[in-house]
Amino acid sequence: MVSLSWLMALSAAIFVIGVGGFLTRRNILVMFMSIELMLNAVNLAFVSLGSRLGTMDGQVIVFFVMTVAAAEAAVGLAIIISIFRSRETVHADDLTLLKW
Amino acid sequence: MNPFNLAAINFAWLPILPLITVGIGAIVVLLAGVRLDDEESEGLGWLSLAALAVAFVLTLGIVGQTGVAFAGALAVDSFSAFFELVILIAAAFTILMSLDYAGENHLAGAEYYSLVLFSALGMMLMASAGDLIVIFLGLETMSIAVYVLAGLRRRDPRSNEAAIKYFLLGAFSTGFLLYGIALIYGATGTIKFEAIRAALTQPMMSNPMLLLGLAMLLVGFAFKVAAVPFHMWTPDVYEGAPTPITGFMAVGVKLGAFAGFVRIFLVNFGPVSMHWSQALWVLAVLTMTAGNVIAVVQTNIKRMLAYSAIAHAGYILVGMTAAGPEAGSAVLYYLLAYAFTNLGAFAIVVALERRGSVGDLIADYRGLSSRSPALAGAMALFLLSLTGIPPLAGFMGKFYIFAAALHQGYTGLVVIAVLNSVVAAYYYISVIVAMYMEEGGIDTGRLARKPALVAAIGLAAIATVLIGIYPAPYMSAAANAFNSASGEQAMRAASLNP
Repeated sequence: MVSLSWLMALSAAIFVIGVGGFLTRRNILVMFMSIELMLNAVNLAFVSLGSRLGTMDGQVIVFFVMTVAAAEAAVGLAIIISIFRSRETVHADDLTLLKW
Repeated sequence: MNPFNLAAINFAWLPILPLITVGIGAIVVLLAGVRLDDEESEGLGWLSLAALAVAFVLTLGIVGQTGVAFAGALAVDSFSAFFELVILIAAAFTILMSLDYAGENHLAGAEYYSLVLFSALGMMLMASAGDLIVIFLGLETMSIAVYVLAGLRRRDPRSNEAAIKYFLLGAFSTGFLLYGIALIYGATGTIKFEAIRAALTQPMMSNPMLLLGLAMLLVGFAFKVAAVPFHMWTPDVYEGAPTPITGFMAVGVKLGAFAGFVRIFLVNFGPVSMHWSQALWVLAVLTMTAGNVIAVVQTNIKRMLAYSAIAHAGYILVGMTAAGPEAGSAVLYYLLAYAFTNLGAFAIVVALERRGSVGDLIADYRGLSSRSPALAGAMALFLLSLTGIPPLAGFMGKFYIFAAALHQGYTGLVVIAVLNSVVAAYYYISVIVAMYMEEGGIDTGRLARKPALVAAIGLAAIATVLIGIYPAPYMSAAANAFNSASGEQAMRAASLNP
């Protein structure tokens, strides 16, 4: 059996990869994928902690997180499509209409 | 213990009736709007207002009850009732501002009003959360609806840009919040607030997993309340979003986020306040200072109000840093005062705006007092309240927060906050100067044809004055609310009334 610390380390690593991807990549779709990576890292942490602690909470939360991530994906992709229709770009650096 | 013991779950429906009403209202509005053109959506607005009014009455009916529902997932207390009432009022004001706006700007009425209701539902859920997962669900229900609302002017590239910026940074911060929840779950073995509070009283709790979880939760909330340095999205999103929605974000989203923030940190993580109060101290100073200083150079009134909203989050963080029942009640009172004042200010911005974003510049407010004295007078009132001039609501809010922080020994923090208020006076009063002492600007059109908007401005103005000159009932309601959440009977805050 894999120990909890390995699972948590893997989850932390995936989370950090997600954060790094979000901060360094400028394509909105890739940034969005990085966010999904972060959420799945959290899911891994929840299931491993849940099985270690022996409570259902951790397992159940994962379903909530997945549902919310799906809703977020639907809204996010819709917003990206409307951006692409008006600007023909999905590059974060091109979004400069609003700034001080 | 059998995890599937359904009999142990108390399905008390009464406490969630207001939430159900708002949810059903949102669905009915969405369905009723299917066959309507976007220009004739005003009826849907009135339908939403009716749903909010019913929910308001139902919430008043459960004031004073305490306990938990749904196996501890929901907390039933005066704290949730207080926030639910203010959130319902904020949503109702937003709809009053939108009745004419939505038609003029060809916004899809059914989606517009039902999304306002859905996000109000999420805020109310955050206010009445009894465990961390309900906080998360409430936050997401609120945020996802507001992402869409920010981008609802689909053909306006600025609105698109606001939506994508809000969405990306909001979803990013959600990741941090969730990771924080996971770590706290790992450290304490539970997600229920009551059990967490019990676990934290044990001395083992300088566990690094708990501290990291707290830090990540703090980052998540700091994004949502727009605390510096997690505020980058705020001005852009506030400028690009439809103006009534900007008001809703500045007030409603902040109410919901602070409801969760206060309940988690002040109430349930009170036992470990030594671990987070210094971080909040730094956040408060950065937020106040950056918000106020950057607001000075703004030329667009929506951006100026965005930075002002950031600065006000900073003042509230001063109260949260002080912790304790007195500061907690002051924070609640401040949020109430801030809600009415800011809604009023945004209602004026809506009144002056033409075709999307014309009329958003501070220069457009020049000479407003001669063209529309009532509008200029109301705007001056709201700006003075935001500055903190007695006897308006904003002054009493600042007074309570600063007094609470002083009593806890945070003298340096209060000095910084007061200096910040002076900087704030400069940019608020420069708008008043433009309205009363300069000439030019744009025509206001005929406001008399918009009774709902006029009503919103008038009610906000009355509330701003009333809460300021007669604060006692509101302050005792706030104290009551905070004490019922923290389970303390001590009414120290009541003795603060001048």
